Amino acid sequence: MSTTLAIRGGIVVDSTGTRRADVVVDSRGSIVAVGAEMEADESLDASGCVVSPGLVDLHVHLRQPGHEEAETVETGARGAALGGFTAILAMPNTTPTVDTAAMVNEVIGLGRGTACDVHTAGAITVGRDGETLSPMAEMVRAGVRVFTDDGTGVQDVRLMRTALEYADSLSYLSGGRPIVLAQHCEVSALSKGGHMHEGRWSSSLGIPGQPAEAEELMVMRDIALARLTGARIHFQHLSTARSVAMVRSAKQAGLLVTAEATTHHFTLTDETCASYDPVFKVHPPLRTDEDIVAVKQGLADGTIDAVATDHAPHTSEDKERTFADAPSGMLGLETAFALANTELDLPIEEVLALMSWRPAAIAGLDPVHGGPIVAGGAANLAVIDPGATWTISADHMASRSTNTPYVGRVVRGKVRHTILRGLPVVVDGEARM
Amino acid sequence: MGKRERRSAVPRAVGAFQARTRVMSAEDVDRAIRRMAHEILERNSGAEDVVLIGLQTGGVELAHRLGDDMRAIEGSEVPVGTLDATMHRDDYGMRPVMPEAATEIPVDPTGKVIVLVDDVLYTGRTVRAALDAIHSYGRPAAVQLAVMVDRGHRELPIRPDYVGKNLPTRRDEIVDVHHGGVDLGELS
Amino acid sequence: MTGPVRHLLSIADLDRDSIEQILDLTESFAEVGERNIPKVPALRGKTIAWLFYEDSTRTRLSFETAAKRLSADTMNFSVSTSSVKKGESLRDTVSTIEAMGVDGVVVRHSAAGAPNRIAEWVDAAVVNAGDGWNQHPTQSLLDLYTARSHLGDLDGRHMLIVGDIKHSRVARSNVSAFTEMGADVTLVAPRTLLPADIDHWPVEVTHDLDSVIESADICYLLRMQLERQELAYVPTLREFHTEWGLDPRRADLLPEHALIMHPGPMNRGVEIDGSVADRPNALMTQQVANGVAVRMAVLYLLLGSGLDLVDERLAAA
Repeated sequence: MSTTLAIRGGIVVDSTGTRRADVVVDSRGSIVAVGAEMEADESLDASGCVVSPGLVDLHVHLRQPGHEEAETVETGARGAALGGFTAILAMPNTTPTVDTAAMVNEVIGLGRGTACDVHTAGAITVGRDGETLSPMAEMVRAGVRVFTDDGTGVQDVRLMRTALEYADSLSYLSGGRPIVLAQHCEVSALSKGGHMHEGRWSSSLGIPGQPAEAEELMVMRDIALARLTGARIHFQHLSTARSVAMVRSAKQAGLLVTAEATTHHFTLTDETCASYDPVFKVHPPLRTDEDIVAVKQGLADGTIDAVATDHAPHTSEDKERTFADAPSGMLGLETAFALANTELDLPIEEVLALMSWRPAAIAGLDPVHGGPIVAGGAANLAVIDPGATWTISADHMASRSTNTPYVGRVVRGKVRHTILRGLPVVVDGEARM
Repeated sequence: MGKRERRSAVPRAVGAFQARTRVMSAEDVDRAIRRMAHEILERNSGAEDVVLIGLQTGGVELAHRLGDDMRAIEGSEVPVGTLDATMHRDDYGMRPVMPEAATEIPVDPTGKVIVLVDDVLYTGRTVRAALDAIHSYGRPAAVQLAVMVDRGHRELPIRPDYVGKNLPTRRDEIVDVHHGGVDLGELS
Repeated sequence: MTGPVRHLLSIADLDRDSIEQILDLTESFAEVGERNIPKVPALRGKTIAWLFYEDSTRTRLSFETAAKRLSADTMNFSVSTSSVKKGESLRDTVSTIEAMGVDGVVVRHSAAGAPNRIAEWVDAAVVNAGDGWNQHPTQSLLDLYTARSHLGDLDGRHMLIVGDIKHSRVARSNVSAFTEMGADVTLVAPRTLLPADIDHWPVEVTHDLDSVIESADICYLLRMQLERQELAYVPTLREFHTEWGLDPRRADLLPEHALIMHPGPMNRGVEIDGSVADRPNALMTQQVANGVAVRMAVLYLLLGSGLDLVDERLAAA
């Protein structure tokens, strides 16, 4: 028996445009109808809200398996749903690494029945050691569309070339969907030992720095490899002005490159590290005001395709250390939309493009996620009140961890309901599962 | 005098001293110092082993004047030093206390007769701290105490050996010893 | 503990008046060290914990001597034998120590900002005894005290800081301390040993020691961290000595009144020639001696005086 649910009174925004309409979904996961004055078993109020395809995050760390004290797939998925996400891409740097089909199946299995559609990226190299290619074909067969050694970049240029060419050959296993290599750009020989952005703040604070060039050199190198191989490369968490400029010209040259930027890289600078509080320690590090301006510009002009969170939970014990000793990373899922909506100064249609249909296309998740809101489409939706202001607090988050750098910040835009496969998983800002 | 004169680091009580009565004139003080110089010499059969130590800050000038008079009478030099006993007080932590000036003990006190000199003797706590402090420089043969004014209200079993003037006071009164003499008054 | 407790985390937290107060106070404590019995009861009943995450026998002995001369009780949290090795978080370690009832915590840590973090978590006064490349405020105070006792007012005096500035907490502290006291500071090092982006620092920078040596009132040499040699910031220590070491020829070029200082321990033959280190204007031994008095003043101010380190009542008095 299926039941129907009407989302009434909202403004529908998707990749095709904006219109006032009610949306009826059924519990089998489809959109039944889009229009006005329609019958349904139940209804949700969406007045004053935008009804959008669910948000898609290309970059989350769910910590399971290995570090369940910081986050589990279930709690991470709940946080994602509260943030309006209906699909998230888990990074493979768990313990053990997601570098086999068996590990892929384990993470996808853990994601089943949670509040969000959980996908995983596979590691490019075995154990992310940067030396041996992982069995990509078997992971593609298990559903992987994105490979990355996130946490480190692939340092060996010959190996990276091989990985690009090999992955590019595997779309016969994915129904023609492209396979993407995503790179955490960082030349480790230049960044080693650094804990924050190298610049005037690191020099004053006495915290070892890592220069912007550590990222930029690998962006430059991988653009060359994209040219050489003709394969797709996705640049993860771009953080510097020159990285953005290089990606912009690579795109103009017609190379198959895409890019994401995280919410923190357009909202926080290295100055925050002056507190010595490792809640501001993140990888790549927080940069300068000029970099923030460039990242925002890149998001506005389409150089950067997606806003990602790089959601990286850490327990308070792990963060109650010195800046040097604490691990990198900050929470992001439950605050991402509001921060993008508040800080980017873009129309909501653009913000949603950056957070829903464009990332969905990069990860091969469309049109199930990010697809147009039409009858027959997949019922994965976010209902967002773009005008609601609220104050960020670590106490009310679904995550097992509390390492948000945004406590006390007032933001605009609140996710009211999230619909996953036709079922309301978040109603009035409260998780249902 | 200490090596350096510094601004006082001790937070002062709130309010200004208001003199009411002049209890000793400048001449009275001169006379008292001369008398005390004689008494010290008489009691110690000369100046040979005597060392005068002025307590910072009020006793320092008196010690020098006593030393000058003793030299004038006896014809020989009397060593004069200074001592800040702040770090030996028993009330640190109860109120802000800071050392005011450096201590300078001119000779090893061991075997000497140390005469501690202060302007006003009141509760006796400063003298107790000074007794404590002087022993960290050596073991004197004897310690004596000279004060210009003994105003009573002792809280410890301490009595002066040489007194310029016994002056009965109330606890809320203030005794001020200065160049022009000694005034009695209160804080306004 | 009554009233607000302040900490000594960074020399940059102190303005010129506060620094002068501490230096003046240091004279009183220096005198204590000259007594037959160099001990006063000023911190009787106070407990100070040493929390040294990094070996530093010299700094710890200096602080310990200071505490003992003030009659404080001390306890040593030896990191190598403690639960820290078992992965206990910094906060847990500090909470444990505070639960034992300490009034002060003296911290040495290899990570910049460790004392700042600890100060957020405890009521006790925190004294930074050196954190990573960041700060070493008591070293700067003793350096100021030593320099002032020879040169008097430091206004307009020219100080060279020579050597591994990039990795030096002493350099960072002393740039703040000496410029705050009015000195002109020139950093002398190859670029590999200078921090990035220091245009906004209130200093001059040169790579050529000979070009500035004759105008120096203070030549402050930093310790080359020999253990960093593997990273090859300079080709050889011999070359470093030739270009940036204080050899007898350069020492002769210094003005007669100029002071040679070094935070210790020295690498003779690297940043300083062995014979230069024994010249009368080389003040290393005085620096060590003054370290005890400065640390007594700091511990007394924070734990015994009833005043805050930067106290408006002090300034007003």
